[in-house]
Amino acid sequence: MSDTKSIKSDLDNSKKKFDVGSWLIPVIAVLVALFIGAILIKIQGFDPVVAYRSLFKSAFGSVEGLGVTLAKATPLVLAGLAVAVGLRAGLFNIGAQGQLLSGALAAAWAGVTFDGLPGYIHIPVALIIGAFFGSLVAAISGFLKAYRGVHEVITTIMLNSIVMAIADYLASGRLREPGQFLTRTSEISENARLPFFGSIPSGFFIAVILGVFFWWILGRTTSGFRIETVGRNRHAAWYSGISVKRTVVSAMIISGGIAGLGGAVETLGITYRYEPAFNLGLGFDGITIALLGRVHPIGIIPGAILIGGMRAGAANMQFDAGVAPEIVDLLMALILLFVTAPLITRFFKNSSNKSMTSGWGN
Amino acid sequence: MKMLTKRNSYIFLALAATAFFYSRDGDITTSVYATGLAFALPLALAAMVGIMCERTGIVNIGIEGTMLISAFVAFFVAYLTQNIIIGLVASLLVGALMGFILALMAVSWRMDQIIAGTIINILATGLTSFLYVQGKTIPSVFQSFEIPLLSKIPFLGPVLFIHGALTFVGLAVILILYVGIYHTPWGLRSRAVGEHPSSADTAGVSVARLRYINVTIAGAIGALAGAYLALELVGSFERGFIAGKGFTALALMIFGRWNPLGALAAALFFGLTQAYASQLMIDQVVNIPSQFTAALPYILTIVILTISAGKVRPPAAEGQPYEKGQ
Repeated sequence: MSDTKSIKSDLDNSKKKFDVGSWLIPVIAVLVALFIGAILIKIQGFDPVVAYRSLFKSAFGSVEGLGVTLAKATPLVLAGLAVAVGLRAGLFNIGAQGQLLSGALAAAWAGVTFDGLPGYIHIPVALIIGAFFGSLVAAISGFLKAYRGVHEVITTIMLNSIVMAIADYLASGRLREPGQFLTRTSEISENARLPFFGSIPSGFFIAVILGVFFWWILGRTTSGFRIETVGRNRHAAWYSGISVKRTVVSAMIISGGIAGLGGAVETLGITYRYEPAFNLGLGFDGITIALLGRVHPIGIIPGAILIGGMRAGAANMQFDAGVAPEIVDLLMALILLFVTAPLITRFFKNSSNKSMTSGWGN
Repeated sequence: MKMLTKRNSYIFLALAATAFFYSRDGDITTSVYATGLAFALPLALAAMVGIMCERTGIVNIGIEGTMLISAFVAFFVAYLTQNIIIGLVASLLVGALMGFILALMAVSWRMDQIIAGTIINILATGLTSFLYVQGKTIPSVFQSFEIPLLSKIPFLGPVLFIHGALTFVGLAVILILYVGIYHTPWGLRSRAVGEHPSSADTAGVSVARLRYINVTIAGAIGALAGAYLALELVGSFERGFIAGKGFTALALMIFGRWNPLGALAAALFFGLTQAYASQLMIDQVVNIPSQFTAALPYILTIVILTISAGKVRPPAAEGQPYEKGQ
């Protein structure tokens, strides 16, 4: 019925992705969320000005702080990108968390096992292994969706728990650090560690390059066009000869691979080992960031840096102003609310608010 | 008719398995089934939230968040007032409020419903972990009591009729919802709105109003699930307290084909699997790593959905905002 209309407006939208309105909405959303957060901080009996100054000063005020911010932002960019690529194909990948975990553990295994390889071989090998295992987990959901019609939201949620259990089992058993009672792997070898450029982790560049790469893939290549078409209208895609099943599976594999790479980059660049307490919630933050960046492969980067900065500065804010670091989760929810509320959207754009996701099945 | 025989064969299989286990060891089977019901109830109630919303065409992936925030309110209001009844009431009100907010976003603002649900989840996580205080206790939980006579029936008595008050309320809600959806005018209207809102509108049903009412009530049911966990089954609250139950419930809803009794059966299967897994661990019958028994219900969900897939059909108007004249 309204499919053709919405596709047309989608196409119009994608041509002018960088218009003023689409930049202004997230900015205003962030400001309004910070204002409401300030009221909550005030109610708790703390000084919001001191809190925010401390938060943003420690996140963006110094070179070291910026380094920590970008380190926190790196897995968020990749998790957000993973969710965004899935959404472009009409798939809601809630499993970025599990895919990221399997990538993190696989990279830790590779980083420990292939000790002695030179860095220029060791790092890519470990990254590829991490991405591979992320893809592997996502491929299960992709195949079940394409060939058995099982909804990806369900399988990805279930796989999150399954991967968590398997990773826990391996890190407390076969892959556990020798002589250690904690559930964690050994530290990866020195050669497998991603270098820092000054205080900027090189993983951040990987994330940004990948963002640009997928912007190009989705917008400028045939395979990207296939993904977008399947995401917008499965029936039209099928009718025009695109293999919907194959596209669904490959989109899911790509999405899982990016998430797995996110876990691998986190292991090789920041944590240097796998521990269940690491990586918690990163995949779920990816959902927020993908939506905050309006499902645009480059648009997610500023959002990830902002959230990464808040995460980086939260500890100092607690030290300086007494505010619990969990306020960041609250601010994220408020930002997401205001950035997606179409009341605000419509104020700036008169085009129809496009639906990025749909119901359980199509 | 094919559906009917298939369903009957499932029921027969379940009864045969129960009889087999009961003949092997009556006491343990009874206690495993009672525990299984306790595990299943919050999942079943959460699935009811999904069913109520989706039957009227609203996708609710915010069940997890609704349960989390209502369990939080139930526990901390019960702590502050030292009264679990007040805690329960406050929790139900907050749950209804979450439902109302979802309806506001999905119906009035015509937001993407998956995003609306995600906002509820993230908001609940943020609020509860921001306001959480460690080391508080509540005066008591809803204690188990025996329903006279019924609890004396062998096997069924101890499994079904020795529980806390919220278990009985929860089971009643599920039965009422089943009757309501299939045998009342309200149920017919709700299903019509979920399948074909413009027809329902033409027939004089207010689509927006019914969606608001159903999603709000569903929020309160989600709160009952959260309150049951905080005030009866566990008796405490931690960060991340719901641990994915709200999402698992969505699988159970689909597995039960959007039918309250189907979802209840799916939840019971899930709960029993978990109860058996923990019984196996206690008995040390088999030396399975604890992580695998923990993951077993999730693996089973995927396997079963894979086998039964392709035959389920969600309500047709699900996830789409309704605009008059389209």
